[in-house]
This record gives sequence, structure tokens and C-alpha cells, in this order.
Amino acid sequence: MSRNKKALIRICVALGVTIVTVVLEYTISLNKWIALSLFAAAYLVAGYDVLWKAATNLIHGKVFDENFLMTLATVGAFVIGEYADAAAVMILYQTGELFQRYAVGKSRRDIAALMDIRPEEAVVLRNGEEVVVHPSEIAVGETFVVKAGEKIPLDGVVSKGECNVDTSAITGESLPRRVQTQQSVISGCIDLDGVLYVTATGTYDDSTVAKILELVENASSKKAPAENFITKFSKYYTPAVVALALLVGVLPPLVTGRAADWATWSIWLKRAMMFLFVSCPCALVISVPLGFFGGIAASSKRGILVKGGNYLELLAKVKTVAFDKTGTLTKGNFAVTEVVPQNKRQQILELAAIAEQYSNHPIAVSVCREAKATCEATVTEIAGKGMVAETKNFTVLCGNAQLMRDNGVQCPEVHHGTVVYVAKDGNFEGYVVIADEIKPEAKEAIELLHKEGVSTVMLSGDKAETAQYVSDLLGIDECRAELLPQDKVSELVKLKSDKNKIAYVGDGINDSPVLAAADVGIAMGAMGSDAAIETADVVLMQDDPTAVSTAKKIAKKTLRIVRENIVISLVIKFAVLILTLFGILDKLLFGLGMIVAILADVGVCVLAILNSMRAMLVKKRIKA
Amino acid sequence: MKKVIAMEDLDCANCAAKMEKSINKINGVVSCNINFMLQRMTLELGENATDDTLKQISNAVKKIEPDCRLKI
Repeated sequence: MSRNKKALIRICVALGVTIVTVVLEYTISLNKWIALSLFAAAYLVAGYDVLWKAATNLIHGKVFDENFLMTLATVGAFVIGEYADAAAVMILYQTGELFQRYAVGKSRRDIAALMDIRPEEAVVLRNGEEVVVHPSEIAVGETFVVKAGEKIPLDGVVSKGECNVDTSAITGESLPRRVQTQQSVISGCIDLDGVLYVTATGTYDDSTVAKILELVENASSKKAPAENFITKFSKYYTPAVVALALLVGVLPPLVTGRAADWATWSIWLKRAMMFLFVSCPCALVISVPLGFFGGIAASSKRGILVKGGNYLELLAKVKTVAFDKTGTLTKGNFAVTEVVPQNKRQQILELAAIAEQYSNHPIAVSVCREAKATCEATVTEIAGKGMVAETKNFTVLCGNAQLMRDNGVQCPEVHHGTVVYVAKDGNFEGYVVIADEIKPEAKEAIELLHKEGVSTVMLSGDKAETAQYVSDLLGIDECRAELLPQDKVSELVKLKSDKNKIAYVGDGINDSPVLAAADVGIAMGAMGSDAAIETADVVLMQDDPTAVSTAKKIAKKTLRIVRENIVISLVIKFAVLILTLFGILDKLLFGLGMIVAILADVGVCVLAILNSMRAMLVKKRIKA
Repeated sequence: MKKVIAMEDLDCANCAAKMEKSINKINGVVSCNINFMLQRMTLELGENATDDTLKQISNAVKKIEPDCRLKI
């Protein structure tokens, strides 16, 4: 039988006995001793373990734990003749404990389940037979089978079959992805339809799933300042309240000169006991990490891995987000983005292709992707300027402005991207702009951040004009260009201050030092890039810059919840302390007053737990 | 040596913090981190750790929360 079930049965039995006894007392007025033994029986059934723990703890030299306080208070109640109250308080206390244990356990399991992307088993092909094994038993190079509805257990390359995979557990992306033979697949994704034969490219320990799990699980050990504050606070809180309780119990009767009056003592002792109840810091201690844990789980559900509560707290405070350009806001691949004049597009591209057809230069490749060369040519490369191509019928000049000027061709000045001017037989035909393509989500990502009140900066290694062009197009507040990786670090340090927490978003390939220098280093599109996962504080599994504002939103919400929890617990506890001190709770029966005090402890705890669970609920951004 | 131990019936976060504190004082333990959410203890044991070290750790846990068990 589970522990909670046993506890529940004990509580029910004790409650039944107590109610019957109370009823009998009022109806047939029981003998005092019979009533006492019935109440004592109920009390023991409900709370023998509390008494036992209090006794053993006392032997170990630990005095002020909740078991001791409970024992003190209830035994005290028996001594002053409030039997029913003693039993009721014990029953209530145990109910509260049970509820609290249940709530903590449940929320803990819920959050853990949210993060559980672990594949339990895998079907591997051995000697032509399908064998079911644990994913960790599959060696590199072995082929495993994934059927519709199953989780892909290891990273690998598809050797046979095709299907749609749901990558949402890893990336948070809701649209399924089509995979075919020769394409790589990532563990933790779900095969939606069809059968895949996959060759493992790494063992389970190296798999994406194992890495993510390790990262997220270790996350809760990095404590946020709010958490450390609470730990420190509770260290002083409990002894302080206990000391106050002692003062409240002893001082007033002595000071008021009624040391001989038993009634005065009894009032103040009761108040002191209530103080003791409120002295347990459990609600505080649990609510803060639980809130952060919820936030971390919520973000990992969106494909955002946060490495610790501290980064979540920092992220919530971030006022400036610095972006790397290439690979973060842009796709990092060169492509023809513009042909001028537009109406001669095909003609200009074909001419350029004639000149570029034999080259492997990225510019040449992107031109040849747009148009095919229509004839052979003798091409001479002029280093740093461009190409001169001689065909049977005409000559093509294809290159930068310098090449045009050298050959006496007039051309307009263009400042963004890489410009390739095209001239035929000495006449200027037009130009092709080759640039890094801007990611379709980039503009929205910047807008969303501005809406959150965050300013944006772009730090780019690219030419000033190109960087400025992209930055203006996206509406970024500030742009700093022509920076080497070490310059990016110094620029970042200049922007950074205590008041201005700064996050840096990069692709993690050549900017690890910048990721490390930022208050929060965010690596994007990190699937498969180990270096980025190691250096960054936050890892975005998806190649989508809008995830930055999602992360920020989750962080803010989490921090708000954590603060609410701290405030709720403290306010209620202090309220009960003050009400007790001024005797307002005395008007209630002793038992009822105790109930209020217990509620201030357990109730607050449960309230904080429920509130923390809200951190897990974050609305998904609906993609247009 | 790093060791991860699952814990059963660890009920209170405050107790987990207390356990951490007392286990860190045990000879042979380099560091101890208890993750209340995952009910898991991550131990970093030094060269001088013996079987007795584990026994002491388990006793420390028992002392603070009698119901809590280590699944070694």
C-alpha cells in the first residue's frame, strides 16, 4: 500500500473516532476519562509517527522541527484539557501534510513527464531479425527500425524508407518534417507514418535526447539569486520566529506582573504555540525552485533549453538583446537577392553565368543556381576584381566597380551586399546583388522584442553597409559592423552594465567567446552543434529567432510567479503572526486558532505549489 | 568519482537542503547536490571515499527524514 493511502486511512479512522466522541459528549455526556481515552486513541492513530519523529529528532539533538512543534502544541492542549482540539489539530496537520505531499509529488511528476523525451526501447536489426533492446545497447553503425507512432531512439541516417516526423518534443516546432533516405534524423522525434530503417551515427550517450536531458536535469541545480535569497532567509527566519515565540510565551505574563495568574500564562502560551507553527519555512523553500523548474520545463517544451534558474532570472531582466547577423538573422547562405534592372533579370543573369560558369567561388555558385550559361567562353580571372569572358560573338565583363572603371564602363554605386556588375561589349547592362538571405521570421522576432520593451543591437563581422542595410530592413535599434570576434566581445562589454543586462544571440559556431561574455548567451539552431550547447546558457533548438522573445516571455512569467510565491507566503505568515500577537485569533476556539496557524503553513505551501504550476502554461505562438 | 543516486519519499525541500549541508561535511565527499524535483542526489566522491562513506551518507539522510530511502 502506498504511503499516501495509509496516511489517508489513518486520518479517516481518527476523524471518525473524534466525531463520534464529540457527538457522544454532547448527547449523553460521556465520562471524562472515557472521552479522554477516545480522543487520545484518535490522536495516536493520526499522529503516532509525528510523536515518534519528534522523539528521535530530539535524541539527535534537533529541536525545532515541525514534528516537535506539533507534539509540543498538542500535548500542551491535552494538558490544559482541550482533548478534542488536540485530536482535531493533529488530524488537520496530517491532512495538510498529506495534501502537501500529494501536491508536491504530483506537480513534480507532471513537470518531469513534460520533459520526458527519453525513448524506452528500440528495435534493432541483428542477423536479419528484429530484436527489442534498450537504446543504450545499440552500437554505432547498427540499423534500427522505427515504426509509425514510435520515438526515434538514437541519432542516425535513414537507410530505407520515408515518413513525416514530429520534431516538437525537441524543437517545439509543430509542423512535421518530411524525411527521406540519406537524411539524418534526431532522437526523440516521433515517426508519424511509415517505417524507417535508420543507421545509428552515435551511441545513446551521444544522442541529442541524452544531451538535452542531461542539460535540463542539471539546470535545476544552478540556483537563481531568488532561490539563494530564500535559502538564506529561511536560515534566519525559523530561529527568529522561534525566539519570538519564546518571548511571546514568557515575557508578557512576567512584565504585566501577573506571573501568578494561570489564565494569563495559558493565553500567551497558546499564542506562542501558534508562532511556532508559522515558523516552518517549507512553503518558501519549495515554491521558488518549483516555480523555476516549471519555467524551465515550459521553455524546453518550446524547444528552448535553459541551463539554470539563474539564467531564467537574468533573461527576465535583460534589457538589450544583441544579435549576430550571419546565421542568426540571416540564413548564412549566399543567394541572388536582387537584379537591376528587374525587367532584364534573365538576360543579366545569363551573361553573368557565362562569365562565372567555371568558378567555384560562392558568388559564382549562387549566380549559376539562378541561370545556366548559354555558351562556352574563354574566361580570365582578374584577381580581386572579377571575370572577363570572351565568347565567339561578344565579351562579358563581370565583377566589381573597379573592373568596370578599369574598362571605362560607367556604373551606379550600390552599397549593400556583394554587387556584381555586368557589362557586354563595353556597355553596362545591370548588376546583380548577392547577399545573405534574411530569415523570414527575423523581422517579427525584432518586433516582438521591441514590444517586450527590449532594445536590439546587431554585432556583425560584415561590411558596414551590408550590416546597416540588414539592420534597417529589420528595424534593429543599433548596428555595429566590421567586428572581429574579439571586437564583438569588447563591444558587448561596453554595452553591458549592472542595470543593462544583455543577451547575445549567435549561432555558436565562431562566437563562443561572445556567448560566454554576455549575461545570457543564447545559441540558436544548435541541433547537432556540441560546442554551442556547451558554451551557451540558453539553447534554441529551432532555427527561429522569434524563440528569443518566447524565452523572454517565459522567463518574465516565471520570475513573476516566483515573486508572487515569496510575497504570498511572507504576507500570510506575517499576518498570522500579527493577528496572534494582538490576540485577535484568541476569540476563536483554541483548536480553530491552531487551524488558522496550520493553514498559514500548509495552505500557503499548497497555494505556492499551485501558483508554480502556472509557470508551465505558456501560450504557444500561433504561426501565420 | 561521480555518483547519481535516486531517492524515494523525499518529502520536503527544506530537508533536502539540510541533507545537502550535512552530507557535504562527511569525509570523502567532495560535493553533494540534491535535486528535490528529480528526487536525485548527485555525489562527487573523493579518493578517500570508502564503503563507510556511503553508509554515513545514508545515515545522514535517515536522520533528517526517516522515511526517505536511497536506492543504491
